[in-house]
Amino acid sequence: MKRIHIIFSLVVITTVLLSAQTKPVSKERMAAGKKVYDTYCLTCHQADGTGVPRLNPPLVKTDFVLGDKKRLIGIILKGMDEQVEIDGNYYNNVMASHDFLSDQEVADVLTFIRNSFGNKAGAVSPAEVKAVRAALNKASKR
Amino acid sequence: MKYLIVFALAVFIAAAAFKSASLSPAPVATPAFAEDNGGITLPEGFRAVVVADSLGAARHIAVSKTGDVYVKMERVRDGRGIVRLHDANGDGVADQISAFGPFSGTGIAIKNGYLYASSNSEVFRYKLNDREEPINTEQPEKIITGLIDRREHNSKSIALDDAGNIYVNIGAPSNACQIRNRTKGSPGQDPCPLLDSVGGIWQFRTDKLNQTYKDGERYATGIRNIVALAWNNTANDLYAVQHGRDQLNNLYPELYNEEQSAELPAEEMFRVKKGSDFGWPYCYYDHLQKQKVLMPEYGGDGKKVERCADKQKPIYAFPGHWGPNGLLFYTGTQFPEKYRNGAFIAFHGSWNRAPRPQAGYFVVFLPFKNGMPSGDYEIFADNFAGGNLDPGKARFRPCGLAQGPDGSLYISDDQKGRIWKVMYTQ
Repeated sequence: MKRIHIIFSLVVITTVLLSAQTKPVSKERMAAGKKVYDTYCLTCHQADGTGVPRLNPPLVKTDFVLGDKKRLIGIILKGMDEQVEIDGNYYNNVMASHDFLSDQEVADVLTFIRNSFGNKAGAVSPAEVKAVRAALNKASKR
Repeated sequence: MKYLIVFALAVFIAAAAFKSASLSPAPVATPAFAEDNGGITLPEGFRAVVVADSLGAARHIAVSKTGDVYVKMERVRDGRGIVRLHDANGDGVADQISAFGPFSGTGIAIKNGYLYASSNSEVFRYKLNDREEPINTEQPEKIITGLIDRREHNSKSIALDDAGNIYVNIGAPSNACQIRNRTKGSPGQDPCPLLDSVGGIWQFRTDKLNQTYKDGERYATGIRNIVALAWNNTANDLYAVQHGRDQLNNLYPELYNEEQSAELPAEEMFRVKKGSDFGWPYCYYDHLQKQKVLMPEYGGDGKKVERCADKQKPIYAFPGHWGPNGLLFYTGTQFPEKYRNGAFIAFHGSWNRAPRPQAGYFVVFLPFKNGMPSGDYEIFADNFAGGNLDPGKARFRPCGLAQGPDGSLYISDDQKGRIWKVMYTQ
């Protein structure tokens, strides 16, 4: 009986873990993310995420968006003041820090971006944002 | 006598043969007008030749007295950043394309036997022969060096007067001189420490080598960024059209709605005098209120004027964010009389009007009389974007303007690199 219990638990845990990877993002989360995007991101990155040549980089299928989540969260919190190269094109405008957004708002907007404009990538959780924020705060105090 | 007649006949035949030989590859061939004017629309009676295509990001252009077009490229290709377009058969289309100059940039101009071109931190010049071709493309003179390039607003437009001076725009690497650039809630620095070395137009000599800030003079200040810069020989003055500030709604949603943020501030046209102060970053021009008002970063609410009362006003104001990138005062006689001494302005096209529809992406004409605008602007060349007014998807974005020796108007595009030659045909 105990063994069955353990196996059952393992199956449940595995299912939960797998579904976290593949579960489609809910409409509510996408709507919440879009609201943040429209307020803070759209002017520079444009309604369809295509950006502005030589100024503001596109968010369409780039490694910055689809790749390392920690780096992506860090860009939202810290901003970015360096030249960005994507597919041989260079983008020069500064990305302002958006550390005034809550963990939930950052998670929502990144989840929206990672699943819009032709992108398909895993959701970002508030816990992940919280962890990056804590690491940044610790680094800045050092 | 007989010999004399034969000799005269021979001379006559030879002369006729020489004449036809010299005329056959005539430099006044019929222009090879593009079926659809190369994708742009023009007023009735005007047509366009596509001089060259797909050059890359073609910024400013200059045309020599023999009709060669020099194009300053935003990025070097194969290590070369100035493209020369030569039209050997006179149909307007370049049939010899070559390149030189190992630097990227925007500014280019021809004046008194020299071709001037800028990178984002320096200005060079090439001595020209009597056909206005560079004598040595490998060894230009470096006349200005060490100008600030911090990526944002780093292009250095140039203009030259008749007294041996060159004017260089040094854009501010900033939107509104906030402590943290473009960051919500960050106040404006007061006084703005950038203004000693950027945010203005500097004057240098054309004939001195390796000039730095200390050799030049800050000719005008309080200018966020200029790309459209020109000396007007008729008025004997410098003119410029400013890229106004961005993101009023983004940064101050409680003061500006999306509609106001799309329209404001005006893209201001300046008549620049020595010592002019146009007010950036403390002030912007509101073309609806016809007033310079205080920037929100400095306590403004969209109406307060305060220190902006004595800032120099624009001589003309266009709606916000159109992106004026090219300015040319037309002095030719090919176009109808009304264009004489008026200004053509190339508007690169907006991005900061989002989420409202974008605008610009055309070349306008503004009539002038005695050095001042004498009427309202009209759109001269349009449809560069090809129906899609989004900066990343627009087909073409007009940038540079130049006048050819025959009075034709040349327009460059920095999205793909098309060059048009616009002619009047009636």
